[in-house]
Amino acid sequence: MTNTPASCVGKVVLKLGDDISTDVIYPGRFMATVLPAETPQYAFCDLVEFNTRLKKKEIPPRSILVAGKNFGCGSSREQAASALKGHELLIIAKGFARIFLQNAINLGLRIVVCPDLEASEGDEVEISGQRVINRTSLKTFPMVPLPLTRQAIIDAGGLIPYTRKRLLEKHA
Amino acid sequence: MGMTVVQKILARASGKKAVQVGEVVEPAVDLAMSHENAALVINQFQEIYKGTGLEPRVWDASKIAIIFDHRVPAESAKTATNQKKVREFIEQQGIQKFHDIRGTSGGICHQILPENGYVRPGMVVLGTDSHTTSHGALGAFAFGVGATEMASVWSLGMALNIEVPATIRVEALGKFPDYVSPKDFILHLIGQISAEGANFKVLEFHGEAIKKMNTSGRLVLCNMAVEAGATSGIVPGDSETVRYLQKEAKVGEEIPLTIPDRDAAYEKTITIDVSLLEPQIACPHTVDHVKPVNDTEGLKIDQIVIGSCTNGRLDDIAVAAKILKGQDIAKGVRMLVFPASWKIYRESLERGYLTDLIDAGAVVMNPGCGCCLGVHQGALADGEVALSTTNRNFPGRMGNPHSEVYLCSPAVAAASAITGVITDPRKGAN
Ligand code: SF4
Repeated sequence: MTNTPASCVGKVVLKLGDDISTDVIYPGRFMATVLPAETPQYAFCDLVEFNTRLKKKEIPPRSILVAGKNFGCGSSREQAASALKGHELLIIAKGFARIFLQNAINLGLRIVVCPDLEASEGDEVEISGQRVINRTSLKTFPMVPLPLTRQAIIDAGGLIPYTRKRLLEKHA
Repeated sequence: MGMTVVQKILARASGKKAVQVGEVVEPAVDLAMSHENAALVINQFQEIYKGTGLEPRVWDASKIAIIFDHRVPAESAKTATNQKKVREFIEQQGIQKFHDIRGTSGGICHQILPENGYVRPGMVVLGTDSHTTSHGALGAFAFGVGATEMASVWSLGMALNIEVPATIRVEALGKFPDYVSPKDFILHLIGQISAEGANFKVLEFHGEAIKKMNTSGRLVLCNMAVEAGATSGIVPGDSETVRYLQKEAKVGEEIPLTIPDRDAAYEKTITIDVSLLEPQIACPHTVDHVKPVNDTEGLKIDQIVIGSCTNGRLDDIAVAAKILKGQDIAKGVRMLVFPASWKIYRESLERGYLTDLIDAGAVVMNPGCGCCLGVHQGALADGEVALSTTNRNFPGRMGNPHSEVYLCSPAVAAASAITGVITDPRKGAN
């Protein structure tokens, strides 16, 4: 598993602006729901139309969500990452807030940092190596690689298996 | 080259002489805090142990704090069941710093930790709450993490893959004018540097205005550091930190301080003269959409909220009571007050503040997060506007995506309660 996929193609199903907070991704009133199996139903639930499409499974896995700067700012609630992971969305943003970025890595939600990306809803976008290619506009944009230091967690398949490995080493 | 205070803390906690910015470390954790979301941490913790043949045991039951605050008393059967599950786990693991729903010891996690002397200068503090940055007010390196990361800390006792953050130095010069408070200072700073202006960085506060500021005010600054994206805010421990811990938190032992080196390297320095500040308002729907109060004056308000981990402390309630004593809250305006802890509630009661507020028409609620995160107590109707001393105004934050939240200091909130419109407290409430 890698969080920033080496290559894949998907359609942009939603385009959002800057500073999309975890209150928007996963409103606080559903925070009593904690299990990753149960959180996806509330993803973006105040964007009623998008949430309905998600719930009706009209949005195929590996679809792309494009956002501006500071995606995932605000509350540390991990439900925001687990809800998006549940729908197997790929998030391409100009930038991510720190806690959300770490939660995404820990849970294996696929994210790409691409500061200059231009894409609209409906565009077909390809991830190829360190580039994001908008196949609709035929423009190419460089991505910023994730911090290398997180690689050990990504390589292990997320923070749970990574911690398990470290725990077993400790008790060996 | 010298080290910033966070570099020093991380070097100590990682067993190193020195650490560089960008270096990856695995610091030992001194305090690990969760609230109701401990229910998810427990789930992830048990996942970690699956198939290992090891018995799930937290690394150190004395270093884990769990405080119920986000939805107290439980607003639903689901929350009540989560809380029950957490209580059982606490009992089974022998977790010592547990604050249940009790008039003797309850409150908001970011008030309970300092109030009980759990946080000391130089500590590494992690919390499953983004406002864990608050505890930098006591000179600790404190930051928010997700539930899975906390589960990892519970099993290993250290934080994995922490990159030593760069530090921005903030110099606060001058003296605060009347009715201008630390809240106005931090809102102004966030407005200047933007909601991601300190992303992945530390805000280290210095200067005359910080030296004179009490711990309550420092908690406001560090609490909202995360709204500029900061990993952490920090006021290096000083004589005020020692005073607070010994006098208010009743800590008996000696309190060693960690301070930055004189030649520490900062990414940049931001200087603000607080004597020139005016009361500030963060307008919908981002915390960095900040304007001086005069630019929003006269805007009609439906609900006023005083409370939260930002501004629900004794001095906040005192200011509100002083402004509202003998006054009448405007018709059509609802005012809700949530003290940050039961200790504060009790002191406010004894000093007569709560009576002053109730007589003016305010509704005093039980300590806890209340309507801050839009779960229960004080929802807004479609199209309504709230003016609140809390720390976030994102769409839907107070439970209704079709409402608006403006953020301000307790003085602005109280002055506006009398008029029913956003009001500059310096002009007198009438
Ligand atoms: S008062 Fe609000 S911001 Fe503070 S911990 Fe509670 S929900 Fe979070």
